[in-house]
Amino acid sequence: MRGAGVNRVLTVTRAGPGVTVQDLGRPGYLAYGLSRGGAADRLALVEGAALLGQDPDLAVLELAGAGGVFEASEDMRIACTGAPMRGSLDGRPLAWNASHLLPAGVALTIGPAEAGVYGYLSVGGGIDTPPHLGSRSTHLVAGLGAPVEVGTQLPVGRDAGGPVGLQVAADSRFDGGTIRVVASLQTHLFDTAEIARFEAAVFHRGLRGNRMGVRMEPDGEGFGLSQGLTILSEAIVPGDIQITGDGAPYVLLAECGTTGGYPRLGSVIPNDLPRVAQAPPGAELRFRFIGLEEAVKIARAAAAEQASLHAKCTPLLRDPREMRDLLEYGLISGFTDGRAVES
Amino acid sequence: MKPTIKAAGFDGFLVTFGEGLDEAANRAALAFRNAVEAAGLAGVQESATSLVSTYLRFDPLQIAHDEIRVALETLLGEQDWHAAPLPQGRRLWRIPAAFGDDAGPQLAEAAEAAGMGAAAAVKMICATRLRVQTIGFAPGMPYLGVLPEAWDIPRLTDITAAVPAGGLCLAIRQMVLFPNTTPTGWRHVGQTAVRLFQPEADAPFLLRSGDEIAFHPVGADALAALEHDPGGGAICEALA
Repeated sequence: MRGAGVNRVLTVTRAGPGVTVQDLGRPGYLAYGLSRGGAADRLALVEGAALLGQDPDLAVLELAGAGGVFEASEDMRIACTGAPMRGSLDGRPLAWNASHLLPAGVALTIGPAEAGVYGYLSVGGGIDTPPHLGSRSTHLVAGLGAPVEVGTQLPVGRDAGGPVGLQVAADSRFDGGTIRVVASLQTHLFDTAEIARFEAAVFHRGLRGNRMGVRMEPDGEGFGLSQGLTILSEAIVPGDIQITGDGAPYVLLAECGTTGGYPRLGSVIPNDLPRVAQAPPGAELRFRFIGLEEAVKIARAAAAEQASLHAKCTPLLRDPREMRDLLEYGLISGFTDGRAVES
Repeated sequence: MKPTIKAAGFDGFLVTFGEGLDEAANRAALAFRNAVEAAGLAGVQESATSLVSTYLRFDPLQIAHDEIRVALETLLGEQDWHAAPLPQGRRLWRIPAAFGDDAGPQLAEAAEAAGMGAAAAVKMICATRLRVQTIGFAPGMPYLGVLPEAWDIPRLTDITAAVPAGGLCLAIRQMVLFPNTTPTGWRHVGQTAVRLFQPEADAPFLLRSGDEIAFHPVGADALAALEHDPGGGAICEALA
């Protein structure tokens, strides 16, 4: 038997500054001031898991802006999702939103993002670093874990095996767009006119942004409460839109604090948070309020869609001009390349 | 104040027991959070307290907002939460702290704002049994209260660029202890050697909401000697 887990290693031979191990986060420590954290774009983990036919709880590599070069100790299945990044595998262009076989010892090069902010590299069996407080996710703000350094040998879990050469439909969440928002604790303290102005405004994702949150630059005047009001520090959650001192909204992301005293104009629905996290600096965004009932409907539809994602994966169609040998791609035998990794 | 229930974002509720800093409301929030945890409501994923509120996060696809709201209303109606006793399992921490000079460069001005001299200020702070009202903002960071009324002094608009880890700061009748070097508008009056958050440890958080704290003054030299003690010289005892 191969792949008992101990010897499967993904070596990082080059890495941009923002490569971290992420999963769906670390719930349960809010009462100690530690936010859940986890992947900035949780949908990308679901997509990667669908491509590999595995659990979205498994840890992946999050690549913030820049990528890296990776090498596997043995044949591994991989999937690339999230912000589309330029990449190559064994010298050939790497299709994004797709699964591939990464043969042992072959360089997987992932370059800068072509759109969006956070790209994800999922591995069959998941990144198997030791969990801490119930999660493998790096929480940069809290100092739990640190960015992956060059030379790191990341343990990879046992892969149940399955096909590669699949793709999921590409999404449009990488260039801003309209973000749906529900009311938050202080929404009612803002004047109706101020809310209307907020919904009509065009924002550009600011230069300042990280896993804690991103600043939105308004095209006109900033926003605020009509009377200065001291708000007692209160629970804050990812998605909350804080109005900071100068009136620019700041949307909280996975690594936000747990309490805050800025007034919150609304809260981005979880389904649109990947679009916020993936909006690159300068991307245009708008906000639109919806009711909680509609937000639940959206979440329900998205959950159903995500559950069917694996079944909806299609064979990866390659540009014949780039193909060296049709047979090598396994087109004869259907959509797998015939070299699915057993374990 | 009659408790209020408000939706907090897509998948949370906040039950608030007071409008401002209020000792009874803080106690109510702690007790109510324990009750929420004990009730084991389906779909509830995590809970926490802030200064005067209990927050809970749930899965709206598993249980409807209305159902959670009704369950919370029912729980609220079970007793007068403002009169609830403090939770079990609390601890008293006696923590050595150096005050003034380099250890607390803003002690003198804070004392002046509170209308007393520096020595009287240290004496009053150390004579006050403080409670961890909530932990938040940063991992393991306690908000401590309540100081006597003289300490109802505002936060500074001029932000201090960096208060070191273990820094003891105060404003608005509260004190905070920083787990890491932090910029702040709170006045830096003292320094402790406690490590509130040790990311790599199995039990990374020193304090829990509801714990009590009593500071006692030590010299800067004595504090420096405690630097290698992760407990920072703190002595912990169980509270009945």
